[in-house]
Amino acid sequence: MTLDLDICHRQGSFTLEARIHSEGRLTALFGQSGAGKTTIINAIGGLIRPSQGRIVVNGRVLVDTQSGIFVPKHKRHIGTVFQEGRLFPHLNVRQNLLFGRWFTPRRERVADFSAIVDLLGIGHLLDRNPATLSGGEKQRVAIGRALLTDPQLLLMDEPLASLDEARKSEIYPYIERLRDEGNVPIVLVSHSVTEIARLATSIVILSDGRVTAAGPAEDILRQTNLFPQTGPAETGALIETHVLHHEEAFGLTVLQTRAGTLTVPLLDLAPGAPLRVRLRARDIILSLQPPEGLSALNVLPGKVSSIGEPDGSSVDVMLDCGGDSLVARVTRKSVERLGLRAGLPVHAIIKSIAFDREAVGRAPTEET
Amino acid sequence: MIDWLSPQEWMAVHLSLKVALTAMAASLVPGIVVALLLERGRFWGRQALDVIVHLPLVLPPVVVGYFLLLWFGKRGPIGALLNEYFGIVFSFRWTGAALACAIMGFPLLVRAIRLSIEAVDRKLEDAAGTLGANRVWVFLVVTLPLILPGIIAGMVLSFAKAMGEFGATITFVSNIPGETQTLPTAIYTFTQVPGGEGGALRLTVVSIVISVAALWVSEWMARRVRRRFLA
Repeated sequence: MTLDLDICHRQGSFTLEARIHSEGRLTALFGQSGAGKTTIINAIGGLIRPSQGRIVVNGRVLVDTQSGIFVPKHKRHIGTVFQEGRLFPHLNVRQNLLFGRWFTPRRERVADFSAIVDLLGIGHLLDRNPATLSGGEKQRVAIGRALLTDPQLLLMDEPLASLDEARKSEIYPYIERLRDEGNVPIVLVSHSVTEIARLATSIVILSDGRVTAAGPAEDILRQTNLFPQTGPAETGALIETHVLHHEEAFGLTVLQTRAGTLTVPLLDLAPGAPLRVRLRARDIILSLQPPEGLSALNVLPGKVSSIGEPDGSSVDVMLDCGGDSLVARVTRKSVERLGLRAGLPVHAIIKSIAFDREAVGRAPTEET
Repeated sequence: MIDWLSPQEWMAVHLSLKVALTAMAASLVPGIVVALLLERGRFWGRQALDVIVHLPLVLPPVVVGYFLLLWFGKRGPIGALLNEYFGIVFSFRWTGAALACAIMGFPLLVRAIRLSIEAVDRKLEDAAGTLGANRVWVFLVVTLPLILPGIIAGMVLSFAKAMGEFGATITFVSNIPGETQTLPTAIYTFTQVPGGEGGALRLTVVSIVISVAALWVSEWMARRVRRRFLA
């Protein structure tokens, strides 16, 4: 799928000027509240009419203010999952799911009801009333309802923001399956770095109504200066791994990366399962020698690939560990004391409990 | 049981029910449309429409009845037109009583529906739009079911108002037994003649029974609707 968007929208004192081109399977729109993420989603979905601009999805012009084109929302074939679910309270789950079907001509109905119900694990809820569902269940039904309209694009406006951590981890696997098995490209709005690190294949960063960066997830997440609003603590690298084995006696799982093994708290995954892990820059310590007598379990050998611009007392050091790019945040003093420079072999030390639990997610598989 | 009420009393009960049900049914669709216009519409004259709809609530009923007589009477501007082209006559007919009752109950109907429209989450209507429903469908399958409790409440209010309407009815269509004599006007007539206390008392009991039954039915319907939302 391709999404081309170039719009300008004024709402009171807020001005959005965004230009986005994306071909990713799950494009995340990231930024603080008020950055314009939801405005963009609403413009794509047809809930607002941008003051100026053009929106094209898969070659179909949805909005072009110059030639006066504005396709109304009910003719766009774009599914939207809202933050609050927005299930119809007077209909049960099955009726909610089939709502879009009533308005789809019979020959255009492609989505398989039972396949989607299975994918989202909501088969046991079909006869329930939305008021009796938990937050996570509501969001799964909302996702199913949007998918059953056979959308060409699925918009998700912070679908997890109103859920607690436990409920979020309940939904993540479904979104991952959707990204990898579904044929519907997704645009996801989020203000959580861990969320996009786990889910996104490409990322667009918004700040004050403007796009400040855009590109593939791995590239964007490694750039430390792109997340000023979340603070340097959120900077981190994404690496692809797979489960090697479990050490159940200790409650640990061992992951294989290109540079070596990582030990993390026990995961409920079969050996061999692909996994994407996010290593935060502040959780990585650098050592010139292979460390001995240290409690940290994870040591990855590598070499310094570059040293970033100093930010106050600290500086980000980019590492190449057997082909995986890592980033470590250390003090300027340490850089000088250790004599860190590009090409120097180092050891990256990571505490196993430092793993961002939320960011340990299924790796996107490579088929489209 | 039939003997319990005299033929005149039966006629009054029968007529009252006919008038009240007709008034309620006839004002339902206009009531929903006006409530929608007032709550959602952005047009010139909305304020004026609001005032006109609410006038029967604040004017003395006799004044409303007199206006009806002037406008909808056989020689009134609207009454003459309706008579000439459609053969509809209001003055001194039961249809006139129904018209008077409908107009007196209209503000109550509109207010109840309007409140429920105000309470509808418009985000649900947006969501329905993204699922492929155009505006008419959104109204029919989302908005209408959601405002059903308000519509039921409005209908009961309109019915109850019609059952009790006195001033506008008697002014507009008088008090003709079998044609325009409803429960309230019949009770009034009984109290004005010697020996009429028995009839007045019996019709009062009938009035109370009908009102309580209407309230009970509306409560039952509202409960059913609520249960559908929550269970």
